[in-house]
Amino acid sequence: MSTSLLDYFRGRQKKGTAAVAKERLQILVAHERAARNRPSYLRQMQEELLQVVRKYVHVDDDAITVALEQEGNQEILELNIILPDQQE
Amino acid sequence: MAKIIVITSGKGGVGKTTTAAAIGMGLALRGNRTVVIDFDVGLRNLDLIMGCERRVVYDFINVINGEAKLKQALIRDKRCEDLYILPASQTKEKEALTKEGVGTVIQELSEHFDYILCDSPAGIEHGAYMAMYYADDAVVVTNPEVSSVRDSDRMLGILASKSRRAENEQDPVREYLLLTRYNPQRVQNGEMLSVNDVQEILALDLLGVIPESEAVLNASNSGTPVILNQQSEAGQAYMDIVARYLGEEVPHRFLEVNKKGLLNRLFGG
Repeated sequence: MSTSLLDYFRGRQKKGTAAVAKERLQILVAHERAARNRPSYLRQMQEELLQVVRKYVHVDDDAITVALEQEGNQEILELNIILPDQQE
Repeated sequence: MAKIIVITSGKGGVGKTTTAAAIGMGLALRGNRTVVIDFDVGLRNLDLIMGCERRVVYDFINVINGEAKLKQALIRDKRCEDLYILPASQTKEKEALTKEGVGTVIQELSEHFDYILCDSPAGIEHGAYMAMYYADDAVVVTNPEVSSVRDSDRMLGILASKSRRAENEQDPVREYLLLTRYNPQRVQNGEMLSVNDVQEILALDLLGVIPESEAVLNASNSGTPVILNQQSEAGQAYMDIVARYLGEEVPHRFLEVNKKGLLNRLFGG
């Protein structure tokens, strides 16, 4: 028997804080790594894309997101533009 | 050519200087000519941990500025003839650590030594950059605690982008995880990140684990690197780490709670 009877009941009561720490860190570290691997031109590209789109439709400043993701050997540049509701 | 190792962490108080003193002594005890450089300008403490604080005459910045020769600033350890320390300046501005100046001193040291250990200050400011810039290998000292793990990851990013090896597009700095203040009982209780958890998050080669130990404070109290206390688990763990760094296969120890009696087990201790 590797865990005691007491441990068994304790275990049912709450999840250890270490598990919470691990989960928080995994999310945070992944986020911060993605941020620092982001090429510096992304910000400027986002700015210029916004200007181009605005020639044709009116969109908000935060209507465009540019993200660079790594999947295996492939880099995926994801461009997301939220267009305003269709005007009559 | 000497091997240049930075002892770094990002976060303060995790055991960088304790580790630099212990690994430096361990390498030297095995007959390697070793020098440990304190990069913490204004807050030098390596001299104190090594027990040579009263023998400091000249420092690293005096050498960089040409006010003293390297030979005059180096302090030879009284316990091990292959070990030297180069103390940091307690009074000068930290900007006096120029990239060229540090490079020149390291170049000169590498003609005489097998290992050059750079004891980094905490934080990610100038001194920390200078300590890691010339490194071949990095020992990332981490506590099993959220802020320390996060800061270590930040430091890994800096090693990968700002070191000389990164700038010159050479092979990257070899990075090792050294987990300190480890408490197997709390890990077992689910209250502390386990060594596997930290390794999984940081994705680093594990150099070793130092258990939380009273011996570490006792060692710093007396200015004796803890590795010289081979009665202590911490001292033995550092000795294992030195062997592992030198390429020996040494199993990890002190990761589990000591076996308990039946009564203890029944009532969860």
